[in-house]
Amino acid sequence: MLDKSYYEKADEIIAQHGAEQKALIPIIQDIQNEYRYLPPELLSYVAGKIGISEAKAFSVATFYENFSFDPKGKYVIKVCDGTACHVRNSLSVLDRLYTELGLSKDKVTTDDMLFTLETVSCLGACGLAPVMMINEDVYPAMTPDKAAEVIRKLREEA
Amino acid sequence: MAVIKNLDELKAIQSQTSERIDETKCRILICGGTGCLAGGSGQIYDKMCELIKDDPDVEVHIGPEIAHGDVTVHKSGCHGFCEMGPLMRIEPQGILYTKVKLDDCYDIYEKTIKKGEVVTRLLFSKDGKEYEKQDEIPFYKKQTRLVLENCGQIDAENIEEAIAVGGYQAFAKALFTMTPEEVVKEITESNLRGRGGGGFPAGRKWSQVAGQKEKIRYVVCNGDEGDPGAFMDRSVMEGDPHKMIEGMLIAAYAVSAQEGYIYVRAEYPLAISRLRLAIAQAEERGLLGDNILGTDFSFKLHINRGAGAFVCGEGSALTASIEGNRGMPRIKPPRTVEQGLFAKPTVLNNVETYANVPMIINKGADWYKSIGPANSPGTKAFALTGAVKHTGLIEVPMGTTLREVIFDIGGGIKGDGKFKAVQIGGPSGGCLMTPHLDVNLDFDSLKKLGAMIGSGGLVVMDDKTCMVEVARFFMNFTQNESCGKCVPCREGTKRMLEILERIVAGQGTLEDLDLLDELGNMIKDTALCGLGKSAALPVMSTLKNFREEYVEHVVDKKCRAKNCKALRRFVISPELCKGCSKCARNCPVGAISGQIRNPFTIDYNTCIKCGACEDACAFHAIHIED
Repeated sequence: MLDKSYYEKADEIIAQHGAEQKALIPIIQDIQNEYRYLPPELLSYVAGKIGISEAKAFSVATFYENFSFDPKGKYVIKVCDGTACHVRNSLSVLDRLYTELGLSKDKVTTDDMLFTLETVSCLGACGLAPVMMINEDVYPAMTPDKAAEVIRKLREEA
Repeated sequence: MAVIKNLDELKAIQSQTSERIDETKCRILICGGTGCLAGGSGQIYDKMCELIKDDPDVEVHIGPEIAHGDVTVHKSGCHGFCEMGPLMRIEPQGILYTKVKLDDCYDIYEKTIKKGEVVTRLLFSKDGKEYEKQDEIPFYKKQTRLVLENCGQIDAENIEEAIAVGGYQAFAKALFTMTPEEVVKEITESNLRGRGGGGFPAGRKWSQVAGQKEKIRYVVCNGDEGDPGAFMDRSVMEGDPHKMIEGMLIAAYAVSAQEGYIYVRAEYPLAISRLRLAIAQAEERGLLGDNILGTDFSFKLHINRGAGAFVCGEGSALTASIEGNRGMPRIKPPRTVEQGLFAKPTVLNNVETYANVPMIINKGADWYKSIGPANSPGTKAFALTGAVKHTGLIEVPMGTTLREVIFDIGGGIKGDGKFKAVQIGGPSGGCLMTPHLDVNLDFDSLKKLGAMIGSGGLVVMDDKTCMVEVARFFMNFTQNESCGKCVPCREGTKRMLEILERIVAGQGTLEDLDLLDELGNMIKDTALCGLGKSAALPVMSTLKNFREEYVEHVVDKKCRAKNCKALRRFVISPELCKGCSKCARNCPVGAISGQIRNPFTIDYNTCIKCGACEDACAFHAIHIED
């Protein structure tokens, strides 16, 4: 059972967008922004509030890649593997980060909840390929060494 | 900010603000596009502000509002020359500084701002020639920037700057001097074709929506620019959001729509915040909302953020997503123009298409048709990326050749590589090669070659790129993004991906190539939506144009680009090897052995082809066998 504050926050967010079906995605995006993941209990709660079935709410939330039922790290790293980054060797950056963070395709978040490592199809910063994005900041012209350095700095800051 | 109540007030604001801009002795425009911001342009902006504001000798104004001042500092949209970023433009001289660093700010301030001198080391130079003015740089000289005319020239966070350069004048012209029918007619006559990929005439969509019995109608903008390697729409949304909003307003007036939605990818946070700001400012100014410019025309605009589904770039999936559903395409008919968003008639165009609309209304269909070929008039923005010297955002008339784009504007191939192919149209497009360099870039010419203009991503590849691996990359993308609704796309792309993975792993057969072709044709003929139908195109076009590479992979088990890991074979040149044992110590599986000061050898039964030895060798004695 989630703390009461979660439901209050959800109520607040629902009030902003209006309790109707078309607001489902914006509502759960804001909830995810708040908690860095989408607590399944809250999704059921939102479904009830905006008058759709739980099944419907889960079918939508599981369809979109951005929604995660698992808590994410403080820093969500998105390594771009779009075409331009791919041909400028983005996979070597990704591999290095996997090693550096002790993560893999199946385990994407570090145990200390500091980092989540994902790939993204394109960040639209192709002119500076290869790039990665950490939360909302874009890091240009990455190399495996530069990426490792960024991680080291963030670890120090955290 | 006061509400603009009528046409005269709009005109007055335009002349006042443009006068104030003309009077400014020095305007500093620092690129605030995603690319340059990533390169540190945000700190450069802060530094320039800091340097100037303490100077008692100059009257300075910082920030987005327009005010009198000798010097003004602004964050603009993308200047386009991303490779050379962070970029800074100094007006009125038109100087473009490239690769600006924090340390350079002082010099720029002391020399250029105070004394009007040029800091030559920051100019773009090529073949020993320095280019002082932005317009003279070959990258810009060959372009025709119409959609992007204001990107980089105005403050992207200020509606008055947009109005000063003529923003909302076309909308006012339509609203006050044209009937909705006349607007539709003008757009139809201009033969403006959808820039999102399909190339469907925009005017036809508009007239179909205008002709529906249902009176509730929507205008929707597709800003879900999901093609990897494309960022034209992002740059427009970030750099000149009002142009696109104006285009949507004109569309809304033409088809009598009351509400509009902009659907933007979640991966574009800056575009979303700039659009939000632009909409808020337009509402404040009475250019959006009720009784616009004192008339009875009202239009509300909303922003919807995507949630990470490529398929939402398809029309019916996009509207489903705005409605709060899974973003899955549906069977058509009914088409979007009949039953689109909330099952109402809907005009759905993409960002660049809407950004073309104001100039057509301003200058007329005949003027527009004079640019580019008759069947695809106007210009097209392209994102030029990959193995090319000058990556960035460009705009050229339709019908420009690939050669002009890659070699004249893009400056040719980066480094010592040789041009091999250009991938156009993203995961729905194809790969073109040297014989196609002189083909005209327009909708119909490319279709004939089994490629498409798509949304405008151009990824240049050199001889270090393996075309089979590129095909696998795209199929992996499409397979991941397949929504799973129809069997041909869901299962077909999966099987094609398995075959391609087999081939790059060196386990493919010649029969696999035929199977790929058969599956590709089946998906093309039977998939439900446009994205599914084109999902196999990257594979089919490489299979056609680079068949010999596929054959090498399956028959000779060789990858000429040395990309495919499983097909690599590392060798130690005995004449270069000093026998230092560094490679052996770095090998994770102990596959290298030898005696000190004698050439070492690799045991191929143990080698995992990771390349650690090649990286470790100080004498460049280890390389991949040709």
